[in-house]
Amino acid sequence: MKRIAPHFKSEKASLILLTISLILFSIGVTLDEPSRVLEQAWQICFSCIGIG
Amino acid sequence: MEFYRKWFQFLAILITNSYWAFPFTKSIYQGPLKVVCSPGLNCYSCPAAAMACPIGSIQQMLLSVRLSWANGQTYLALYLVGSLGITGSIFGRMICGWVCPFGFFQDLLHKIPSRKCGIPRIIRFLKYAILGLAVFILPLVIVNEMQLGTPWFCKYICPAGTLEAGLPMLLLQPSLQDIIGTLFYSKLVILIGFLLWSIPTSRPFCRTTCPLGAWYGLFKNAKMVKLVLDETKCTNCNECHTVCPMGVKFNESPNDSDCITCLRCIHEGCQFGAIQLQIGGIPVHSPDIRTKAKETAA
Repeated sequence: MKRIAPHFKSEKASLILLTISLILFSIGVTLDEPSRVLEQAWQICFSCIGIG
Repeated sequence: MEFYRKWFQFLAILITNSYWAFPFTKSIYQGPLKVVCSPGLNCYSCPAAAMACPIGSIQQMLLSVRLSWANGQTYLALYLVGSLGITGSIFGRMICGWVCPFGFFQDLLHKIPSRKCGIPRIIRFLKYAILGLAVFILPLVIVNEMQLGTPWFCKYICPAGTLEAGLPMLLLQPSLQDIIGTLFYSKLVILIGFLLWSIPTSRPFCRTTCPLGAWYGLFKNAKMVKLVLDETKCTNCNECHTVCPMGVKFNESPNDSDCITCLRCIHEGCQFGAIQLQIGGIPVHSPDIRTKAKETAA
């Protein structure tokens, strides 16, 4: 039976990943990626849903 | 707890699909909320969808990277990867168990009485190949003469898109029925296959194919909300194996990438208080109390 890793290691890893994700998210926002996401999400992607 | 989880899943579907004007507009929601990534696999071409599908959005962003760069726009899908990273590092695959609409459909179908069976473990690794190839690499690498790629997962695989968007759009706009072809029927076969498979096998799509589940599974060792095994209390009775909808053997693999933190192992499996729910390292559910309550009741 495996024993779980020390909790603090896992918590530290999740905080590091959360920080990296927040940085990536912020860079994406500064590159104006949300407006591109909106453009895409406002359109029906017919090929994506198998029509057309 | 299963009762509350089902209601939570239902409420999550209502929130992520809160555009109820679609029967009148005959089209999809086009408001500002669509900039937000839905945490679960929820097709943004679904008429009721109020948010963007993260997997669909990543593919759409990557397939047009070359064209956007040629036009001087630097899109790298960092906003989307960051969004999924934030959700993953906090909740991991708990999203699959509590929020994802397609997971909820599979849960309901599995309640149909039938002979139940599992899934060979090796097939579970397929979803990582799908995440890498169909979501990230192929849309980026294989492009047409216009320098545009293809959303491989959405176009050729995603049964959630067929169920949540393809079929409803055919009903809303009957003229579309004239242009459906082989692609639609092949996706319909995939959808029907997964729906039928969900009756004997719990969550077959989540376990074998879902790229979003594969992504969240990458956070198995680094998520804030998770189940923790207390080895000193575990008797290896394997009750946690029998109740797990994902086929996780929790006492052997407490950090399994397929654990969706549905809490069934705590509430229906372990009788010894060996499994604990923690948020950020802080226990938020004490099974000792449950054990003591049972003892008192007995």
